[in-house]
Amino acid sequence: MLAYYFRLGVRSLLRNPILTMLMVLTIGIGVASSMTTYAVFRAVSANPLPEKSLQLFAPQIDIWGPQSRAQGADMPDALTYTDAMALLRDKKARRQTAIYPVNLTLVPQDERSEPFAINGYAAYADFFSMFKAPFLYGGAWNMAQDDTHAAVVVISSQLNQQLFQGSDSVGSTIRLDDHDYEIVGVVDGWNPKPRFYDVNNSDGFNDAPDIFLPFTRGIDLQINTNGNTNCYGSAGRNPGFDGFIHSDCAWVSYWAELPDAKAEAAYRDYLTNYAADQNRAGRFHWKPYITLRNLVEWLDYEKVVPPETRISLWLSLGFLLVCLINTIGLMLAKFMRRAGEIGVRRALGASRKEIWTQFLFEAAMVGVGGGVVGVVFTGLGALSVGLVFEPDIARLARVNTGLIGLTLVCALVSTLAAAFYPIWRASRVQPAWQLKSN
Amino acid sequence: MNLHPMIAALRKHKAGVVLIALQIAVTLAIVCNAIFIIYARIENVRRPTGLVESDVFLVTQQWVGAPSGDDPASIQKLDAMLREDLNALRALPDVESVAPTNSVPLLPSSWNGSAALKPGTDLRSGNARTTFYFGDEQWLKTLGLHLVAGRDFTAADVTNMGFRANTQPDIVIVTKALADKLFPEANAVGKVIYLNGDSKPTTIIGEVERLQVPSVGSWASSFVWNSTIQPIRLNGNFSRYVVRAKPGRLEAAMRAVPSALYTVSPMRVLDDDSVKSFKDIRAEAYRADIGMAALMGAVCLILLAVTAAGIVGLTSFWVGQRHRQIGVRRALGARKIDILRYFQLENLMIAGIGAVVGVALAVGLNRLLMSKFEMQSMPVYYVLVGLAVVMTLGQIAVFVPARRASNVPPVVATRSV
Repeated sequence: MLAYYFRLGVRSLLRNPILTMLMVLTIGIGVASSMTTYAVFRAVSANPLPEKSLQLFAPQIDIWGPQSRAQGADMPDALTYTDAMALLRDKKARRQTAIYPVNLTLVPQDERSEPFAINGYAAYADFFSMFKAPFLYGGAWNMAQDDTHAAVVVISSQLNQQLFQGSDSVGSTIRLDDHDYEIVGVVDGWNPKPRFYDVNNSDGFNDAPDIFLPFTRGIDLQINTNGNTNCYGSAGRNPGFDGFIHSDCAWVSYWAELPDAKAEAAYRDYLTNYAADQNRAGRFHWKPYITLRNLVEWLDYEKVVPPETRISLWLSLGFLLVCLINTIGLMLAKFMRRAGEIGVRRALGASRKEIWTQFLFEAAMVGVGGGVVGVVFTGLGALSVGLVFEPDIARLARVNTGLIGLTLVCALVSTLAAAFYPIWRASRVQPAWQLKSN
Repeated sequence: MNLHPMIAALRKHKAGVVLIALQIAVTLAIVCNAIFIIYARIENVRRPTGLVESDVFLVTQQWVGAPSGDDPASIQKLDAMLREDLNALRALPDVESVAPTNSVPLLPSSWNGSAALKPGTDLRSGNARTTFYFGDEQWLKTLGLHLVAGRDFTAADVTNMGFRANTQPDIVIVTKALADKLFPEANAVGKVIYLNGDSKPTTIIGEVERLQVPSVGSWASSFVWNSTIQPIRLNGNFSRYVVRAKPGRLEAAMRAVPSALYTVSPMRVLDDDSVKSFKDIRAEAYRADIGMAALMGAVCLILLAVTAAGIVGLTSFWVGQRHRQIGVRRALGARKIDILRYFQLENLMIAGIGAVVGVALAVGLNRLLMSKFEMQSMPVYYVLVGLAVVMTLGQIAVFVPARRASNVPPVVATRSV
């Protein structure tokens, strides 16, 4: 019977090729536009570390007072060096790290190669275990090396490929900005997207960082932050690097690992007490105010999903809606035009259920056609997202089997949903009326 | 023409009528809002920065093995290297003028702070936010800025300071926008202001007509024209030079830069992005805006096409269904034009209903977008223009099947089938 329905469907679809093509194209375009924007949206709103995202927290401390918050200037999304060091000394979380982005010049050993710019982060030893960085060779430096301000470095596998042709480089030395560092580990293509620990400085979708070095070493060598510095008025600050790090400029990212709700509550209290202590010491003159956001909340707070992405997702959903309404109309026209044929079939003994099956089959064929067209257009769409979104983000929108499958399913399901009303109408056709007039 | 038979006929096709009306409504809502977004983006992109942008490019380079300390000796060494670079670039045959800078408009790198009328008041007490540019006596000329009051910097005004120093300048040039904000009543030239809450007075010596801040982000939108230019060469581990090429010699000048700088000293990093024309800086800054406008435009066009196709499809179906009735009407004396008018009027009614619903949807969608995203209220004429567009589109779309209907011969009425 299904083969028969298939033949009927093909015959009917071929009878009005223009109408059929119109339906298939409408569904294809509608589905493709929403799939393309969904691919981008999914990429930017992905959770970079699902298994630990509720255990990693970024604290904020109000160092500017409620007056600035009232002016909409909000709190700095980083800590001052002073506060970060105080929190690190107290070690109230299971693991914690201060981080800041750096931009250095790598001077190759080989005299003929030209120096080149690299970027990375200064962090503490906990950084790697907290964020589950996978190592290809070696491992992180240890806490003792943090304390001794050791000249060690963890490099990326890309840099390892470039400098050491991918061989185990642990123990080798590289020269950064006139200082030598010993390589202790090579991270294995590690670049979470979005790069949650740096979304306060960048859009979070850049190329993987090349190096990681101890924070304490970075401060010793007076390496400037390559990220945002928020000073919000810098009166009374001493000149030079020392004046800078001891000022009320916020530029140090800080992350704490808190395994459960109890630890989180305790850490919140600790931060509030810390701010209250600053009040007593005469540094703040307002009611202590702190925030502690987990990774998911932090990405939301930092607006990592660009507004373009959200607007275009909404827009393409509206677009799909119009396409579906259009398909309902066209199908209604198509099916009702065959009222006579339905009447004959019903008169010959076909039940309503069989009419349903027949037309569902025909609709499914349109849906599959729409899906195939949709996949082609989604491919074209993915190629052209670079026109709309930042290249860093556009690169993430790739067509893979999952997306192709989703496009087909989406086309089929939405076509069947659109076909529901026209089929219902078709199944209600009264055989007697049709037979009478003809 | 009597509308009664038409309404009676439409009652028989409730589903089709509702579908077309709904489609027109949603199309109207989306198209109005999309065009509004396009307009807002284009307005944003088209605002002039205040620069004469043609023939300008930017050079960014990083030193290798340069002093990194804050001591005067290190700073003077860095400044000597910077001045050597400036001399080398100024000597190039295709170069008109060169100035050191920390940033240029539309470049995502900025140095922001505040300007106040009293000492010791920083941003916390609420005053003018401003961006800071650091340049020398050739800076204004190189960027092509228009001085409207006071004077430009002279070579004697220009000093240098370390990147991490925190001293305020003796004199500055500000934009007219900032001057008017600080001194709404009087001429700002010669007046004293205090930068970054410092207690050291700074005198305004000139006003430029217009100069945009570097950031195009929404966080900077409250002070987008408030710029302050300091006569200072900044010395750090990297340096930026803004260059104006001789008219029409932009590419030649850009090509000549890397070798000229490497000749001065090879101990530096220049990569693909180091020499960038202002045109490219502009394109990168507004890439998302232009892309968004293009996307919205494409969506609008396809949406209108889909809706038109839907109207053609359903009306064709109705014409087919009413073949016999049309024949009867023709046999009873209706002219071709009457049949054509009938279908066009019918479409006008349906589109009218759809458009009324669509206007409500469009305003609702605009309110929704305003609450979710930073968007303005849509002016009424957008909705009215959108309404006219979808009504016209309906008339055009219905014309083809309506003409087919008008061509139904009266003899159809006499046939049994």
